[in-house]
Amino acid sequence: MTMLNVGRPTQPQTAVPVAHASLTGARGLLQDEALIFELGGWDKTGVDLEPAEQDASDLAGLIREAAIGLPGLSEPEAMRHYVRLSQKNHAIDLALYPLGSCTMKHNPRLNEKAARLPGFADLHPMAPISTVQGALQLMDELAHWLKTLTAMPAVALSPKAGAHGELCGLLAIKAAHEAKGQGHRRLVLVPTSAHGTNPATAAFVGYDVAEIAQTEDGRVDLADLEAKLTTDVAAIMVTNPNTCGLFERDVIEIGRLTHAVGAYFYCDGANFNAIVGRVRPGDLGVDAMHINLHKTFSTPHGGGGPGAGPVVLSEALAPFAPAPWVVSGADGFKLVEETVDEAAQGFGRMVAFQGQMGMFVRAYAYMLSHGSDGLRQVAEDAVLNANYIKARLSGVMSAAFPDGPCMHEALFDDHWLEGTDVTTLDFAKAMIDEGFHPMTMYFPLVVHGAMLIEPTETESKQELDRFCDALIALAHAAKAGDVDRFKGAPYLAPLRRLDETLAARKPKLTWRPELTTVAPAPLAAE
Amino acid sequence: MRYLPLTPADRAQMLGVIGVDTIDDLFADVPAAARKAELFDLPRHAGEMEVERHLQALAAKNRPAGAGPFFCGAGAYKHHVPATVDHIIQRSEFLTSYTPYQPEIAQGTLQVLFEFQTQVAALTGLEVANASMYDGSTGCAEAVMMAQRVTRRKTAVLSGGLHPHYAAVTQTIAHAEGMDITRLPVAIDAEAAVIAAITPETACVVVQTPNVFGVVTDVTKIAEAAHAAGALMIVVTTEAVSFGLLKSPGEMGADIAVAEGQSIGVGLNYGGPYVGLFACREKFVRQMPGRLCGETVDAEGRRGFVLTLSTREQHIRREKATSNICTNSGLCALAFTIHMTLLGERGLRDLAAINHAKARQLRDALAAVPGIEILTPRFFNEFAIRVPGGAAQTVEALLADDIVAGVPFSRLDPQAGLDDVLLVAATETTTAADIAAFAQALKGRTV
Repeated sequence: MTMLNVGRPTQPQTAVPVAHASLTGARGLLQDEALIFELGGWDKTGVDLEPAEQDASDLAGLIREAAIGLPGLSEPEAMRHYVRLSQKNHAIDLALYPLGSCTMKHNPRLNEKAARLPGFADLHPMAPISTVQGALQLMDELAHWLKTLTAMPAVALSPKAGAHGELCGLLAIKAAHEAKGQGHRRLVLVPTSAHGTNPATAAFVGYDVAEIAQTEDGRVDLADLEAKLTTDVAAIMVTNPNTCGLFERDVIEIGRLTHAVGAYFYCDGANFNAIVGRVRPGDLGVDAMHINLHKTFSTPHGGGGPGAGPVVLSEALAPFAPAPWVVSGADGFKLVEETVDEAAQGFGRMVAFQGQMGMFVRAYAYMLSHGSDGLRQVAEDAVLNANYIKARLSGVMSAAFPDGPCMHEALFDDHWLEGTDVTTLDFAKAMIDEGFHPMTMYFPLVVHGAMLIEPTETESKQELDRFCDALIALAHAAKAGDVDRFKGAPYLAPLRRLDETLAARKPKLTWRPELTTVAPAPLAAE
Repeated sequence: MRYLPLTPADRAQMLGVIGVDTIDDLFADVPAAARKAELFDLPRHAGEMEVERHLQALAAKNRPAGAGPFFCGAGAYKHHVPATVDHIIQRSEFLTSYTPYQPEIAQGTLQVLFEFQTQVAALTGLEVANASMYDGSTGCAEAVMMAQRVTRRKTAVLSGGLHPHYAAVTQTIAHAEGMDITRLPVAIDAEAAVIAAITPETACVVVQTPNVFGVVTDVTKIAEAAHAAGALMIVVTTEAVSFGLLKSPGEMGADIAVAEGQSIGVGLNYGGPYVGLFACREKFVRQMPGRLCGETVDAEGRRGFVLTLSTREQHIRREKATSNICTNSGLCALAFTIHMTLLGERGLRDLAAINHAKARQLRDALAAVPGIEILTPRFFNEFAIRVPGGAAQTVEALLADDIVAGVPFSRLDPQAGLDDVLLVAATETTTAADIAAFAQALKGRTV
């Protein structure tokens, strides 16, 4: 054996074949990190604040006396706690993150820097209008880009996420119908393949929901749509490109049929990334469409939000847009905050203030960086990457719609796993051991055991090949009967497969002293 | 383009593998009439330096809150955020991860959400909390919709002290769903009027404390009246720091507590992104909107966390879901949790006491200005004053001295007829010099 002269070996000894469990629960650099409530910081703080005078004479006796139950940590402890936790997450900065319908693309750090400029980040939403002219100008410029990219005449910026944008769009549609004496329309038509938010949104604003059938080739069934389009229909909600990753070839006819019965065409814009800079929804007969800035325009997903869901509106719906909105005039920009004076038809208000300004800055930085040419390239590369994956994997996996190109995402079913005893879930969990986040599973609902892969345009060919090679190797393993590799997966992640049934049966949603062996000390008397 | 890794050679090779000649072949399903050969009428791509320059120029046209004396509140508050918070939320693993649908590789996000839910439940004095809403105003609307599901009744009573934007958001959503909203007349200190408005059809009453005029309100009696009528008590709070000093919603009988969490960790951001706090009694948990994180074990029996009770949610339940919410405010919830962990109970109580003390100093200074009337009888860190000559005019006038005096109430609700009412707030960031400058400038104007 090779050694230094102090006796320290410099080559590994014979490899131990079986992985050892550690004595502490750690997995190498991955620490087994307790909850903050178990770290003993009941009387600690990580801030230095000078105690203030205690005078309750202006509080009418409404003082909080009992302990609140909040532990604290010093700054180094807090840093270490949250950095340790961070290391248990997958992230787009680590590897391809192929969640279909989620558009997990690179998040440029310039956008983060811009959003943190004090002129944006330290700006109060009710500050005097003369002190926020740059913010209003940015909103106005962002609106111009969104309107130009979609060929739509108006945009409501304030919705805070995609589903919130859907809500905004349907509220505008509802207001438009009521203004025309068509308030009796009770029905919204939604394809079976739609995102769950579509029917949920329609129901949330009081509509009944009916489903539109799908054709063999994964598109809206025009005959079924036509049969269901009555004067009782308020709107249809169609995702395009749809959730099977396919462009609705008959989209113009869909719009024509919808308008013929006096209904509106709501387009779910979750998949706008496939066509941005190349195809304008306004040319397709769309009346309203939300744009997920956290998808197409790359504002970070942040572990589940915040997002932003501005809604572009057609001429017919524009008068019903919610407050507030920006107007420009000779003496600068203004914010119309009440719909009563200037446009009596506005349907109300979606949020307390102006919307997700922090996301507007990031999305606008992203648009300026790409420009009209770069955005067009975004759509092309996103579609190219998805088709490349579809082509490479179709040899071992079964594409749900093998004929013709897909758009920005490639959809597979579980037909190819028949007879292997491996399910879509097992296959997805085995991908984790190979260093990749699984694709979207079991969605859309119209495809059995669906696996929906969206690579986005920010993946290199090398990363795509690495990903495809891993999936092909796994597919061969599944077909070769290496079932344990899948059934027990993941083996190498921070945790093994989790018991979701137990979590739902006896929900433990907060840490409570009576549910643990670690008791919190009461806050020391002050 | 610096964000696009494919080279022309890559693209050509990939088209070959796919078996098509050009990229246009992949867009063959798009109707010919909608296929645009030319670029849209927008600027071409730009380098990082050029983009940064343009955005800096826009930012420079704004006057940040921290640039001088600043007294705006009314639902968003200027607080100091420790540097650690912004560092941690920019870690790749938090910033660039998705909703934790694969829990084995998302324990970081999930454990944070579990800590967040526990902190929110503790702050509000309730048993369970969700993993965040978009903001306080949308949380308020969701709470009213939830009360409708719980009670199967269709009317809601909104206090006249509720932030007008919160009332407008709630009315917008609830009306669409067919609910009948009784919004009581705007009044500085008339929460007791809520009791008189309760009927056997009332699903819930919504009271804000401290209210939009800063009035600290004991809702105990309102909650008793609501419960006697079979209605739910919803308590709204727009200043989360107040939880460190004031009796919690749960202690006063709230069934659902909704709050804007912006004050802790998030920053002003010109109105968003913010983070909605949403807590309720455990017996209502299955009617809650939004994501919930719960504790469980993995296949080796180790503790772990997952998103749970998802049969309430749109991706499973579709049109029968409790809400249509999908994306929430995860990264802001993380910022909230880190800041709250840095504060701890001791820090939060100190911070709340400092805020209250600063507001008292501001009140004393403004009360000494001839012509100024203090309208809020008891307050936390914000109160209303009457300024002769109009609130909006006063704010404009004081800008000449680079003082941002507050939010004219007429801007929140032009119809209320309160054009001379100005809402002013003080926080730990307010200095004695700021207060003195404000009082001096006001004196110069009113005398």
